[in-house]
Amino acid sequence: MVSRLRSTRTVCWLVILASVTPFTAPALAQDSLPPAPYAYQQLEDPALEAKATDLMHTLRCLKCQSQSIADSDAPMAGDMRHQVRTRIAAGEEPEEVRQWLVDRYGDYVSYQPRVTASTWPLFAIPVLVVLLAGFILRGRLGRKKGDAE
Amino acid sequence: MRRLRIFLWAMVAVVGSLFALFAYQLSQPKDEFIESAMIGEPLPEFDLRPAVEGQPGLANTDLADGKPRLVNIFASWCVPCRAEAPQLETLRQSGAELVGIAIRDRPEDVAAFLQVYGNPFTAIGADDISEVQLALGSSGVPETFVIDGRGVITYQHIGDIRPEHVQTLLHELREAGA
Repeated sequence: MVSRLRSTRTVCWLVILASVTPFTAPALAQDSLPPAPYAYQQLEDPALEAKATDLMHTLRCLKCQSQSIADSDAPMAGDMRHQVRTRIAAGEEPEEVRQWLVDRYGDYVSYQPRVTASTWPLFAIPVLVVLLAGFILRGRLGRKKGDAE
Repeated sequence: MRRLRIFLWAMVAVVGSLFALFAYQLSQPKDEFIESAMIGEPLPEFDLRPAVEGQPGLANTDLADGKPRLVNIFASWCVPCRAEAPQLETLRQSGAELVGIAIRDRPEDVAAFLQVYGNPFTAIGADDISEVQLALGSSGVPETFVIDGRGVITYQHIGDIRPEHVQTLLHELREAGA
């Protein structure tokens, strides 16, 4: 009898908890609107969805600045995913969508490195280092050969 | 031997200057603002439904009628937006015309927000999926754009408007032809 009373009480608490939780959750959320239609829903065409997902992994979430929009649950990242998916579904190429965002936020929004006036040393230095190493190696090996002869 | 010594000192110098560079960069405050690349560009096309009852919505064509305006990106759920409300009122009293874009917001929430913090806007559009925000190159709330009379974006203020920013915004508005 006692145990049944206790279990009834537990059920009561669970019911209260369950009825209160849905009301407290939105208060904690950033905003009150549901996510954009294509924030969490995949495109019907698997090929287009694959294109969109690949692109989303290389776009930076503007709110949570070290995540891609594919990894972020921020509402704004959801809205950006919606933009990417609807634009891809409308026939745009991934690079066009990337360019659309870069036109608005600069290179910052893209994780794909590009050769620009400020980034070219990043691409040039490794090439120079390899050339220099080749040059030194050739000098040393050439000399050794010369010594042997 | 001598050449080797020079080479080693050169390496020490290179590594030392690298560390100096790291120390300098680490001592600089982090700049988290992402500026819009749309300054100097015409507004993107949009036509937003009214965010509250009894006030018009907002379309890009409304902002190309010859009168420069401030476009304030805000939301009822955004805390800094509450802090900048008095400054928006000061701007309005100084003769600025303000229009709003409410991001991801329900009409009743926007109405309640304006009830409490004041309504300096002549029109407010509702941007339910941050579509116009993204098209403007805005990355958060609140942000304020200066739009000249031809519908071209001339200035962006990121973050809440503090009292010290009011003069700058009025100056930018005058520059835009007000």
